[in-house]
Amino acid sequence: MTLVQNFPFFCIILSMFSAILSFVMPQKVAKYIHIAMVSAVFVLSLGTLSYVAGTGESYTFMMGHFPAPWGNEIRVGVLEALMAASFSIIMLLSVFGGMAHVEREVPNSRKSLLYILLDLLMASLLALIYTNDLFTAYVFIEINTIAACGLIIVKKQGRTYVSAIRYMIMSLVGSGLFLIGLSLLYGTTDHLLMSPAKEALDEIFAAGVYHIPFVVIAALIVIGLGIKSGMYLFHTWIPDAYGYTTPTCSAILSSLVSKGYIFLMIKIFFRVIGFDSIISRYLVNILFVLGLIGMIMGSIAAIKEKDIRRMTAFSSVAQIGYIYMGIGLGTTAGVVAALFHVVAHGIMKSQLFISISGLIDVSDGKQDPHSLRGAGYRSKIAGVAYTTASMSMIGIPLFCGFVSKYLFASSAMTASSGKLIAAWIVLGISTILNTIYFMRMVIAIYMPVDAEMRKAHGIVPSRTEAVAMAGMILFNIAVGVMSPPIIQALESGIAMFG
Amino acid sequence: MSRPNPNYENSFWDHFSKWLKGEYDPFKGRLETKTADEAVSGDEKVRDVDLRLADIGKYHVDMYEEGINRYVGRYRKLYRFLSVFIVLFFIGLLLWTVSALPGYGNPHEPENNIVAERYIEKGLKETGAVNIVTGMILDYRAFDTFGESCVLFAASCCVLFLLRVDKDDDPHSAAVEEMNDRHYEPRNDAILQKAANFLVPLIIIFGIYVVLNGHLSPGGGFSGGAIIGSGLILYLTAYGFEKTQRFMNEKVVKALTVCALLFYCFAKSYSFYTGANHLESFISTGTPGDILSAGLIVYLNICVGIVVACTMYSFYTLFRKGGI
Repeated sequence: MTLVQNFPFFCIILSMFSAILSFVMPQKVAKYIHIAMVSAVFVLSLGTLSYVAGTGESYTFMMGHFPAPWGNEIRVGVLEALMAASFSIIMLLSVFGGMAHVEREVPNSRKSLLYILLDLLMASLLALIYTNDLFTAYVFIEINTIAACGLIIVKKQGRTYVSAIRYMIMSLVGSGLFLIGLSLLYGTTDHLLMSPAKEALDEIFAAGVYHIPFVVIAALIVIGLGIKSGMYLFHTWIPDAYGYTTPTCSAILSSLVSKGYIFLMIKIFFRVIGFDSIISRYLVNILFVLGLIGMIMGSIAAIKEKDIRRMTAFSSVAQIGYIYMGIGLGTTAGVVAALFHVVAHGIMKSQLFISISGLIDVSDGKQDPHSLRGAGYRSKIAGVAYTTASMSMIGIPLFCGFVSKYLFASSAMTASSGKLIAAWIVLGISTILNTIYFMRMVIAIYMPVDAEMRKAHGIVPSRTEAVAMAGMILFNIAVGVMSPPIIQALESGIAMFG
Repeated sequence: MSRPNPNYENSFWDHFSKWLKGEYDPFKGRLETKTADEAVSGDEKVRDVDLRLADIGKYHVDMYEEGINRYVGRYRKLYRFLSVFIVLFFIGLLLWTVSALPGYGNPHEPENNIVAERYIEKGLKETGAVNIVTGMILDYRAFDTFGESCVLFAASCCVLFLLRVDKDDDPHSAAVEEMNDRHYEPRNDAILQKAANFLVPLIIIFGIYVVLNGHLSPGGGFSGGAIIGSGLILYLTAYGFEKTQRFMNEKVVKALTVCALLFYCFAKSYSFYTGANHLESFISTGTPGDILSAGLIVYLNICVGIVVACTMYSFYTLFRKGGI
């Protein structure tokens, strides 16, 4: 085993180690530890990615001295490494983008705790990405949930408490359903590792017994993870959770936390239930319908919303709907489109939340469209970042949002004709609705205003924040322009995933 | 007809009507009593807290604008109906599923396979732990257990976030918390102290025993740590913060937690690294049954025990007065 193959393991342990170490460090040091850790994870993930892309097959890594069905293990392929790399870069940019806000909004004594929670969140995301063990997945889901609750209450004021409680209840229901499903699965197969569990399931399927428990197990796991990722019908926690906390946390919650669960769900579909099995085909249809409804309803709710941050949060409901629509197509091409959107939406949403915080800052902290008029002149970089992210969301070429919309539309052709028509119609409607609410805001922030209004009222974004926003714009365009290798990597990753 | 008695209050009929309503207190005004609430009601700061508590009732109305928004009322009715319906549906579904699960104890069922077989037959030899469960959670699946310890760590970080009161940043609420603590918690209670004198050493020694014998008998870090934590909480309840903080203050708790977790992190990283790369590890399983056997398990149990005990203790203190 070469040294490169240890990198995913180093990433997970490194992030947990830095969380523990930060507990006794002063807040400045905790911040630097966090930044160094995320950068290291990014570099190590790129190393892993190039290694796995070179060998062309995935490998398993034993966590301990015992092989597969007995001990824990992680499994590394192109898809996992790509996700780890993109998640870490998004986290890094979000942390830089909201750094000045963290300095202002989080009480001094609690800053190091914030960075500890971010470290733990990184660890749990990495573990969810790499694990090949269902129970490890559950343990890190717990860490993810607790850390996310901490990120919501980080401002310690007003509605953050209510939204944290709401998030916690919904999220714990999701964890509970997942755990019940997991226990039932263990009760029938006695395997917690994914690949052996799949073999056992296939055997039991072939024998034609225990059909009822498996339908229930699959449904419980998928619905549990759906609740946690904010699938439509279970999305009610989203606007509050994303709308009131500090910008870094909004960006990370919307672009990473829910995506970790979606990735785990795709992994369970491929590695445990089997994406071609009969149960999957039923479940996938449900996901498809919920995704379509979410695409419309999320956008409509966003149009009705007056507060710009809550509007962006509602747009997340629609975007999660896109992802579930992609999974729901039931074809590998659909899953590739969904995975591309996981990355693309991560980039766009973090860019939106960070740029919105910049716009709000120069408008006396007000969040309604009327007060934001002319904000694009008051903070140039935030205005440009917001406009590009909006254009990306709508699906203008050059930006990554276009590529994911294109992938959704083209992958729909691999599905049945009924799904094809439904997906195209809803994609069209949803794009129009997206345009309505995003362009309304873009027009508002570039509304011609008099010279007095062109001066910043409030705080100008700091240099770190401006650099982070510029980085996000470049990253967005880079992923949009250089999408073919990424799509190719996703396709080869899916091929070695199951 | 009859004129109202100007001295009606404290007259015989007033007492009679109060007695009839059940409000009459024969000792009122005759005995020198001071109820707990009266004793502190003069204190501005505590009253401040009480007022804040009283506002919570109104908060709900403000939050959902119940008076203005008629949809909320309708929604609540629907909610009640649906919640009952969904719970009943769920109970039915799960019972139905459980009835369809494989029967218990049948050797031909799929759930009796190589995994359980190897744990039971080779568990002792491979991990050196007489208690197979400990062998499973701290050796076969040690990564999960590290994750569980980090769950506790994350939870205590969140509780610290929410409940810690900073004396420097916010002297007002720190003072209020001190006042509340003095008001609601027993102080110098003779019965409690005598009982604690007797019980605390026993509880803590029993907890240490459970932790150290985790690989030999039922128990381990999680259960033993919970026992030690409850012993510490009992001591704190009996003797108050001044005495406890001499040996358990924020620095000690932090140092213990971090040392335990770091040791776990390093030890298991070494074990994972050697295991995955098929290198020779210097950790041996020792003689099964000895107290210092089973490789790392004893030390990992101690680490988990320390983390659990510190987490329990700090939760209690944070909920009680917002500081360790």
